[in-house]
Amino acid sequence: MSQGPILSIRGLQKSFADNHVLRGIDLDVQQGDCIAILGASGSGKSTFLRCLNFMEIPSDGEISHAGKIVGKARDGKPRAYPETELTKVRQKVGMVFQQFNLFPHMTVLGNITEGLRIVQRIDKTSAEVRAHAELARVGLAEKADEYPSRLSGGQKQRVAIARALALAPDLMLFDEPTSALDPELVGEVLNVIRAIANEGRTMLLVTHEVGFAYHVANRVIFMADGIIHEEGAPEQVLKNPQQPKTQAFLARHKQFEF
Amino acid sequence: MDYVWDFGSVWEYRAALWVGLVNTLKIFAICLVAGLSLGLAIGLARYSERRWLRWPAACFIEFFRNTPVLVQIFWFYFAFPILAPFDISALMAAALGITLNSAAFSAEIFRGGIQSIDPGQWEAGRAIGMRYREIMGRIILPQAVRRMMPALTNRGIEIFKMTTLASAIAYADVLHQARLIASVNFNPIEAYTVVAVAFFVILYPIVRATYVLERRLAKGD
Repeated sequence: MSQGPILSIRGLQKSFADNHVLRGIDLDVQQGDCIAILGASGSGKSTFLRCLNFMEIPSDGEISHAGKIVGKARDGKPRAYPETELTKVRQKVGMVFQQFNLFPHMTVLGNITEGLRIVQRIDKTSAEVRAHAELARVGLAEKADEYPSRLSGGQKQRVAIARALALAPDLMLFDEPTSALDPELVGEVLNVIRAIANEGRTMLLVTHEVGFAYHVANRVIFMADGIIHEEGAPEQVLKNPQQPKTQAFLARHKQFEF
Repeated sequence: MDYVWDFGSVWEYRAALWVGLVNTLKIFAICLVAGLSLGLAIGLARYSERRWLRWPAACFIEFFRNTPVLVQIFWFYFAFPILAPFDISALMAAALGITLNSAAFSAEIFRGGIQSIDPGQWEAGRAIGMRYREIMGRIILPQAVRRMMPALTNRGIEIFKMTTLASAIAYADVLHQARLIASVNFNPIEAYTVVAVAFFVILYPIVRATYVLERRLAKGD
């Protein structure tokens, strides 16, 4: 195992046509980090997260996974990202979406075994054993044979978490995992995420749950205008923010309690 | 109206009608399988991000959608042999015309069905490391085909009925045989009534079966 950062980002930029969403981001993520990414809507935090597993292809800059820069350099143009290389990287990076994105035509078990069988070519029996274990971890052992349409939002998101964890990723990305949930279902999902964080799993989490970020993350990033505006320990960034924009953002989220 | 119905004379020629029916089913089977398969391939090309795939597919669709099937059949039967150094059978010419026309229409059905699937499904597949081909085959198409079932059923019905156009180039389908019987016995009313009933009797149960299939496929929704 190398001692360097598990994920390293240098000069990351992303534009959609004329819209310059990310304007140069540098960040090192160490093994075991749980990093919460906060920011107003439009600050680029989701785009940033989605660049890390190449759901969005960066317009400029370099992203290294486990010490290796992803993609091929090209003279004077942004790096090229061949599909074969990206599928390898993505297997090592689990992602949980705001809208769950479960496969509706497969059972809960099928959702979880899909990546194991199709991507990692694991045989059906072993894949199902793994899937049952992941389901038990998120507290849904008895839902294996249900279709997603029969689950609540909170249950769907827990299945989505199990689906990502089943591939044994080095890094987990959560893109506002509780924003689409009814308030009474937020807790069950946050509890699962907290349990995963407590196992020492490396993760980045875009969230509006400031209180959760305070308790679970070891680092907090506040984004504004496509850059990292303020960064540090939760104690520092959330309780004693230095930047006016961070202070204004946190003032609007006064309802949280420490 | 003092018309005296006489189905006896049609019954006498049931062997000829049976031959026609078998030929009708034969060309239908060919056109259904070939038309939908080619339609899927062209629909996928039409959906592709690669221009060199998308553009020819669009041309194919527009050309065959906007020319009459009967003209295409005539073209393959009468014009093609002049240009190419080999003969073409009535079955082949008719099957080609109907297949290419159906492929154009079903390509648009497939493309529309694929486009109707939430982009989040692509993202979920990509996020677990699946390739384009795997996502299309295992995540997108299975869901899209469910939504397309009513449209594909319609296409199947259309293809079945279009096979009667083959009689225009003397392919011995059921309509062609009925016309022979009618001209021999001077009983067009009975002969064509039998053909219409035969089509309905074959198609209606198939359509009912697809309803059952639709319901069964919908279990995950």
